[in-house]
Amino acid sequence: MLGFVLRRIAMAVPVILILIIFSFVLMRAAPGGPFTKERALPPVVLENINAKYGLDDPLLVQIGTYLKNILFHFDFGPSFVYQDRTVNQIIADGFPVTLTYGFWTFVFAVLVGGALGIVAALKQNTWIDYLAVGFSIGAQALPNFIMAPILVLVFTLWLGWLPGGGWWGGPNDPNSYTSYLIMPVIALATSYLASIARLTRSSMLEVMNSNFIRTARAKGLPDRTIILRHTLKPALIPVISYLGPAFVGMITGSVVVDMFLSTGGIGKDFVQAALNRDYSVIMGITILVGMLTILFNLVVDVLYAWIDPRIRY
Amino acid sequence: MNISIKAALLCSAFAIASPALAAGTHPVTGEALADNQTYTYRMLDDVKSFDPQINTDVEGSHILRDLFEGLVNSDAQGNSVPGAAESWEVSEDGLTYTFKLRDAKWSNGDPVTAGDFVYAWRRLADPATASEYAWYMELMGVENATKIVAGEAEVDTLGATAIDDKTLEVKIDAPRPYFPGMLTHASTFPVNQKVIEAHGNDWTKPGNLVGNGAYVLTDYVPGVKVTRERNPMYWDNDNTILETVVALVINDENIALTRYDAGEVDKTEVPAGQYPALKEKLPDETYSTPRSCSYIYMFNLRENGPEALKDVRVRKALSYALNRDVIVDSILKGGQYPSYNWTHQKTAGFEMPSIDYATWSQDERVAKAKELLEEAGYGPGGKPLELTLNYNTSEAHKKIAIAASQMWKQNLGANITLANFEWKVHLDKLRNGDFGMARYAWCGDYNEPSTYTDLFTSTSGHNNGKYINEEYDALAKAAKTSENPAEEYKQMEQLLADDMPIVPVYQYTNVIMVKPDLKGYPFEDLMNNIYSRRMYKVAE
Repeated sequence: MLGFVLRRIAMAVPVILILIIFSFVLMRAAPGGPFTKERALPPVVLENINAKYGLDDPLLVQIGTYLKNILFHFDFGPSFVYQDRTVNQIIADGFPVTLTYGFWTFVFAVLVGGALGIVAALKQNTWIDYLAVGFSIGAQALPNFIMAPILVLVFTLWLGWLPGGGWWGGPNDPNSYTSYLIMPVIALATSYLASIARLTRSSMLEVMNSNFIRTARAKGLPDRTIILRHTLKPALIPVISYLGPAFVGMITGSVVVDMFLSTGGIGKDFVQAALNRDYSVIMGITILVGMLTILFNLVVDVLYAWIDPRIRY
Repeated sequence: MNISIKAALLCSAFAIASPALAAGTHPVTGEALADNQTYTYRMLDDVKSFDPQINTDVEGSHILRDLFEGLVNSDAQGNSVPGAAESWEVSEDGLTYTFKLRDAKWSNGDPVTAGDFVYAWRRLADPATASEYAWYMELMGVENATKIVAGEAEVDTLGATAIDDKTLEVKIDAPRPYFPGMLTHASTFPVNQKVIEAHGNDWTKPGNLVGNGAYVLTDYVPGVKVTRERNPMYWDNDNTILETVVALVINDENIALTRYDAGEVDKTEVPAGQYPALKEKLPDETYSTPRSCSYIYMFNLRENGPEALKDVRVRKALSYALNRDVIVDSILKGGQYPSYNWTHQKTAGFEMPSIDYATWSQDERVAKAKELLEEAGYGPGGKPLELTLNYNTSEAHKKIAIAASQMWKQNLGANITLANFEWKVHLDKLRNGDFGMARYAWCGDYNEPSTYTDLFTSTSGHNNGKYINEEYDALAKAAKTSENPAEEYKQMEQLLADDMPIVPVYQYTNVIMVKPDLKGYPFEDLMNNIYSRRMYKVAE
């Protein structure tokens, strides 16, 4: 097992390297640059800027310098658009935010979605099942850019319970920490929750109809044992393989949540950086997301072995 | 976290220091003031920089005008009034300005000196700073600015000199009667050399940033909000009423409006198309005021541009056939001005020439357009008129472009292909002349017509369609020294109407909601230069 984990980590290095080179080249292939503005800069001014940021060097030299700075100084460079801030600062400011609401989204989606799926499977073809399935289809069809404005309308304007967006500003903030979390978590969790519910339900049903469960019933095992020990564990495998990448998606934030609810996370930074051609920020966040994806796929693979004794590495 | 605690301490320090002004009456108008003097407004996007010489956007400028003060301010109507300079004189030849600075302090207690301005201006022009607004120093015409930006002269040769601590002398290369007005621009604001050298790149962080404006930066949560509190060191602090100004980043205009309704923000923009309904519902809070920007379709007149557009009759036909009233009244619905010329009509010192087609009815315009197109040999019975119109991704640009192409189709039988590009791609194509017609907009840098008219001179870097007319260039040059430049500007606009290198579409308005208890908002200022210290909240 340890050997497997080490092998996978070793494999991650070339993957990240390829990711960096690909993103770098693709990004530069896009027309325009960080300093292409409606108000065209005079060529001399543009030259000064390019010289300052090393954008006038040959592309290979730029990639080389970039890799060197990351490897030796862990420095992802300055932002070309937010010139007071470096990429390290932008990630340090935004990632804790998305990590927080992403983590709670995960907890909420897994608990509610999982419970909904299990109950629906156990009560298959009853009104509980129909309600659960109906709810999850509805939730999946409701995009978060619709959810977010509705949440603000209901919780801020009509009920006046929650601030209409923003993020907790420290102990002197008039609103509580939780009040800033509720809307982002609901908006982001809805569609994940629906997917988890449906995946859990169908995979539970499949396992419940398999031979070894029939054997267990024939042996006269109590329902509790059958469900908890023999059904749930194998039924979780497809859910877990879905949750690995989904978790990365949650903690690296959502552009919709960040834009609509002004949370200040890196979800928005990522998309805006692409639109602004803020090269260094695009690279920084791409590498972060890439590394997290590799990490959580590894976690999922390790979990498989724990859940299903037949899987061995 | 550390920053927020500092902010909390600062907050409470100010609350103790100036309780007298928190409630009471307005010193001039005598209105009863509200206890809570916090002004919160919606900001579309995060601030790019708090550094006056680095900032490039409008929302950043609003904040910089609170944190710093330039030599000249603009009043509520947009006229130039003394700022950090108490007074100024200009030499006979109009080439030397001498500014007398008032006694003022930085927020750390240092005196504001002429040297601070010299430092800031050199910093703006210095190639090492690599400011995107370095060209503004050139636009102002400060002596040697062009050479310094190009790296051909040392920064200390810049034509701005500190005669003594309170006297700043500025030499410019040609007379510019509007020069003082240009100094309201944030890139000319002074900065404190000591602070920049002590903190390097981090000098703009709350706690480090030292300004000479009416407010100090106390909290900045990236992507969430910017908070500034009154600066007790400001020379006119006694007349500042608002204690705290908060800018909340809210990207979505509809959510911003919901939060306005919920009382979370005091000012926000009206979402596109909702102005008439909101004006009816909340007439005392909904405003549409002129804003110095002009929206056009630019024709590509370069060698490689479409053949048809080289004929002025075709260009005129396209312009005449466009029904601006429909665009303004049915699509934008925010009180925008249908436009038949280039310069925003409310610009100070601008007199509208009598452009013929502006006075015609739309039926007359269409009839004339058909006639011209036929003469040029296009349209029904002639060559088909096929062109491409580029625009950048946006709901509003798309709607206008669709309406325009329909009007051209219906009135002229022209086939206009719409090409939608992502913003940077659109700009790239404009620069490279890779377009037939393209959407373009320009916002004035200062309140004087040359900020518009200069754009179509042959040497302008923004003249993407490459309209070249020697007469126009000569007029632009003459306007700089003219006794009454309004005459030259009028003639330049007339040339644009005769040669039609662009289709003027509409001129902007600011369509905003402002809570009725907030007073002193500069609705009348075309340049939209907001100074928080002039605003206040009245008791309801």
